[in-house]
Amino acid sequence: MTDQGPTPPEAQADTDALLRADKVTMRFGGLVANRDVDFEISRGSIVSLIGPNGAGKTTFFNQLTGMMKPTSGDIVFDGESIVGRSPHEIVELGIGRTFQNIRLFGAMTVIANVMVGRHTRMKASWWASLLKLPAVREEEAATRKRAQELLKLVGLPRRYSEDWAKNLPYGDQRRLELARALASEPKLLLLDEPTAGMNPGETAQMTALIKRLRDELDLTVLLIEHDMKVVMGISERITVLDYGEKLAEGRPEEIRANPAVIEAYLGKQATTSS
Amino acid sequence: MTDMLLRRALFSGLIGGMAGLHVSLVGMVGTFQSRDLIADVVTVGTIMPMLIAILVGWQAGGPLRSAGLVPGPRDALALGAIAGAAVGLILAALAFLIVTFDINGILANARPALAEILQFGQGPLVGSVILILGLGLFGALGATLHLVPAALARAVTIGGVVTIIVALMEPFLGAVLRNVNLDLIEEFLYASGGLTPVGFVLVFALTAGGVYAWARRGGEVRERVAALPPERRRIGKLIWFAALGALLLLLPQIVGQRLSEVLGTVGLYVLLGLGLNIVVGFAGLLDLGYVAFYAVGAYTTAVLTSPASPAFSPELPFWGALPFVIVAAAFIGLLVGAPVLRLRGDYLAIVTLGFGEIAREIFKSAWAQPVTGGAQGILSIPAPLPFENDPQSIYYPILFFCILAAVAATSLASSRVGRAWNAMREDESVAEATGVNTTNYKLLAFGLGAAFGCVSGALFASKIGVIFADSFNILVSINALALIILGGMGNIAGVVVGALVLVGLPEFLREFAEYRLLIYGAVLVAMMLLRPEGLLPNRTRRAELHEQDDIDDQYEEEAGGGTARPVVT
Repeated sequence: MTDQGPTPPEAQADTDALLRADKVTMRFGGLVANRDVDFEISRGSIVSLIGPNGAGKTTFFNQLTGMMKPTSGDIVFDGESIVGRSPHEIVELGIGRTFQNIRLFGAMTVIANVMVGRHTRMKASWWASLLKLPAVREEEAATRKRAQELLKLVGLPRRYSEDWAKNLPYGDQRRLELARALASEPKLLLLDEPTAGMNPGETAQMTALIKRLRDELDLTVLLIEHDMKVVMGISERITVLDYGEKLAEGRPEEIRANPAVIEAYLGKQATTSS
Repeated sequence: MTDMLLRRALFSGLIGGMAGLHVSLVGMVGTFQSRDLIADVVTVGTIMPMLIAILVGWQAGGPLRSAGLVPGPRDALALGAIAGAAVGLILAALAFLIVTFDINGILANARPALAEILQFGQGPLVGSVILILGLGLFGALGATLHLVPAALARAVTIGGVVTIIVALMEPFLGAVLRNVNLDLIEEFLYASGGLTPVGFVLVFALTAGGVYAWARRGGEVRERVAALPPERRRIGKLIWFAALGALLLLLPQIVGQRLSEVLGTVGLYVLLGLGLNIVVGFAGLLDLGYVAFYAVGAYTTAVLTSPASPAFSPELPFWGALPFVIVAAAFIGLLVGAPVLRLRGDYLAIVTLGFGEIAREIFKSAWAQPVTGGAQGILSIPAPLPFENDPQSIYYPILFFCILAAVAATSLASSRVGRAWNAMREDESVAEATGVNTTNYKLLAFGLGAAFGCVSGALFASKIGVIFADSFNILVSINALALIILGGMGNIAGVVVGALVLVGLPEFLREFAEYRLLIYGAVLVAMMLLRPEGLLPNRTRRAELHEQDDIDDQYEEEAGGGTARPVVT
């Protein structure tokens, strides 16, 4: 496990971290979901968070997005601590997310879902909306246009835009969730199992899409994923959680060879049998 | 014909029989015997069992969805006839009981007169046979609605319902016609409290024919309108709006004093409905204490404007008090909104229900008496000048605020704000995680809802000139909620239609006063069973509620339909 890459990732991470978690601990009563997790993402990278079920990955996500407040520890995003901020403030700062079990606004149209995503980037106040001031109309038209661009970007056909979100096929619902998250112009995009429930073809498309989005929109991406092919294929770095603690961290090839990780995933005998 | 269908037909007949017993024994049949539907031909009392028979026949002759059974034409007719005859049998038994035993002591309305109506004055034997066969016939008639093309069945049903309503509204429609000097039409259509036979046929033919023609040709017309160049469409729209506006402006003169009063009340409820629609329909916050806002608006106006109010002098004019009403609305909106921010669904409903009751009790209490007049209320509240305290005049400010509210609600619905509310209604935590400040948007919904409710209350106070705390009871909240559900949740035109039907119709049908709540309840139950999305549904709600139907239909289509075949649901 010697460094072979042109730039040592550690050195880069230290100087240019977009998000840094410092000893984040989350307790639910006696249960410790996350214990002293240190974590960093450098700008522009794609990082995966992996671990067996119940390892505390989604809990960690929820703390990054403000849906839960860490029991202790600090999370710094783009130079600002986000601990104690409400989810909508964190969206405004530039963290967008999708959900493991797709959570769209089912009884709203596809385009409206994406337009809600742009909420924080719009200015129209309630009284200006009520009076339909010219500025509001302009903003509304611009938002609609941008939403349509995003739908195109994630590969949703235009004819869907006036359909109800919940009537879309499964794979397209995932794409729509992605478009909604992108609409808030995030710097950091959190994806909770973006390829769950997809067939190999859809999975490959989604993986390619995530990479393309990162390049085109200057994103930093953190994803939770179970599909090792996706993880190994897409990630620049991988963090492994097990029983709420950080087990390992490194580049894909390092993680693949890490005995502790193999043990956590496959059990003890596996190391010998494989 | 299978056992299952037969059993359902008998069961429908039994239910219909129960309904028939009920309307007979509460006295509706007897009371309405004195009211002609078609002059000198049929009374309102007589058609009640017939309508029930048609309804159960329709029910019995239709497809049995849960088992995927669709009766053939002959079976459908037979099933309808059986169900109808079952109703007849039960009513004949009632008539028989009445003439044989003296049950008048137990059941106040079980009088010989009732038996006579049920037996068509033909004596026990012949009368019973006529009743059973006749209702069987009407049952079969109900079943035929499934056998004719859907568009025709629809046209006939709507035509029938409209004709009956037109007949029932004789006292008012007649007055309106005389009012605008159309005595000739009035004499042609109406006689002795009901429609003339010719009028009956004419009204039925016009509505049924109109509905049918629209079903056949409506699509074409719509396409042709859509194909018109935009300028011409805009002109068409303008003409349409101008006509509607002119009608709305002239309405009080057309309908006269008595109906203007009703229109005013409808307008107040339209305002309430539009406000509550923001809270419940847009933002998904079930508020059962909406009357609190109505009361605050009314009391603020009364205290500030009435010379008889105990607390505040000198008196302001209505328009001077209005800004204070709005401020009070915002304040009370926040007061109610802030503590319930963390509550969802049922809990929110219960807490707001409590708020509504608390508001009324406070206004009535001895503690508040120096300001609100306590149980004595506040008298001599002036009208909003230059309008007078007269139904035909006060109609205009009410209309003005209704239009204002409707425009405001429409603009909000399709804006950033409306979308945020809808997102919150769909999934609150995801809305927050998508960037919506749910706390603020809940408060905004409560605040705006409160403003609409308070303005309605202010107009109410100056419309009737006196207010008592007991006017602001839970029925106001329930009415407002029921009308938006009936009209179609989240839809602004639906609010207007809902208010007309739920608030307007009962006022038009005043002689039904005794049975008003009964009919009201029955209409609501029927609506929820037959058309849960409301009369004018919002697209979204319709999708939610009919998803399962669509799946069923699809399956039936795929399965070929028609023959008996189990459907997986």
